[in-house]
Amino acid sequence: MSLYYVQKLLFQLNRDPAVRRRFDTELETLLGDYELTEEEQRALRDPDIGLLYVMGVNGQILMHYAALRGFEWDAYMEAMRAGERKYGPVRTGLYTRAKGR
Amino acid sequence: MSLVFAGVCSHAPGITGRKDRADPVVLDAFYAAYDRMRQALEAARPDALVVIGAEHFANFFMNNMPALCVGMGDHYEGPIEDEEWLGIRRARFPGAPVLSMQLIQDMMNDVDLAYAQEWKFDHGIMVPLHFLTPRADLPIIPVNINCQGPPLIPLKRCYEFGRALKRACDARPERIAVIGTGGISHWPATPDSGRINEPWDREFLDRLLGNRREELLAYQDDETWREAGQGGLEIRTFIAVAGAAQGHTGELWFYAPIPIFAVGCTVAVMNL
Repeated sequence: MSLYYVQKLLFQLNRDPAVRRRFDTELETLLGDYELTEEEQRALRDPDIGLLYVMGVNGQILMHYAALRGFEWDAYMEAMRAGERKYGPVRTGLYTRAKGR
Repeated sequence: MSLVFAGVCSHAPGITGRKDRADPVVLDAFYAAYDRMRQALEAARPDALVVIGAEHFANFFMNNMPALCVGMGDHYEGPIEDEEWLGIRRARFPGAPVLSMQLIQDMMNDVDLAYAQEWKFDHGIMVPLHFLTPRADLPIIPVNINCQGPPLIPLKRCYEFGRALKRACDARPERIAVIGTGGISHWPATPDSGRINEPWDREFLDRLLGNRREELLAYQDDETWREAGQGGLEIRTFIAVAGAAQGHTGELWFYAPIPIFAVGCTVAVMNL
């Protein structure tokens, strides 16, 4: 589990135009710069917003990645719900559903 | 001089980014409350505005996350988000680096602070400034309280930070305004986005605007997380303003749950 590096990549992507350029032009090399599992790489590449949510990516980071990848607000909400249906509850972090719902 | 204005308001990105999807009657009343706050802020004739926000990984990440950080930049820019997504054009805001350093140095007698000379504003600061300083001409001193994930600074330390800010402002000749921006109950950026616990919000606002310190500091994070969502952890910004305005009560100028904005939208001002 290298959730930290998934979030770090998305944080830098959101903040740094140079990282966005690399994302557009050399995605595989960029992914290789972070310690990511195969599942994490796939979720980023597809993109599988629902899986990223279930992995525990902070929504304040994921929200912008979803927008970058063309998800309108309602589609972003639905992608997270679909992720929960397909992969189960959020695995770690702030959004685990112990008692909140 | 000292603090000449203190208030709190919401900052959710939907407030500007999804404004077309809200009930126009409620939206107009909410925007009117922001504008009333702008007028009150301008009437206070501040030399600088301290914005206590809860940023969302625009500048600070888990590799080096300050519990409390104060901006000391010459200028700032924002929004970091896509302009169309947020509904706010990018702008440059003047800083107040000399005053910032003086305040930070003074506050460090009482609280441990990080500082930052470079800072990009996200919606947490941009949404309030969009309404309150539309000409981007008032020097800004941003403050961040980490509310995004544990370990989080205890509420009593947020209140103490506010008191330290007030003491530092008392020692300066400048006229200084402060606002806190955050959610109350909300579950932003989750499938529960739009859920709002209005009774919880109203109870919190009652404690806040009564400036009842012990009752404010009685909230426990696990209980807040259950009842008010992970976004409820942002009450830290409001509690800091309560500390800065210790001894003063406040007035609620607007509160309404607006689910498409994912938060109980709030504008309130302390009577200094």
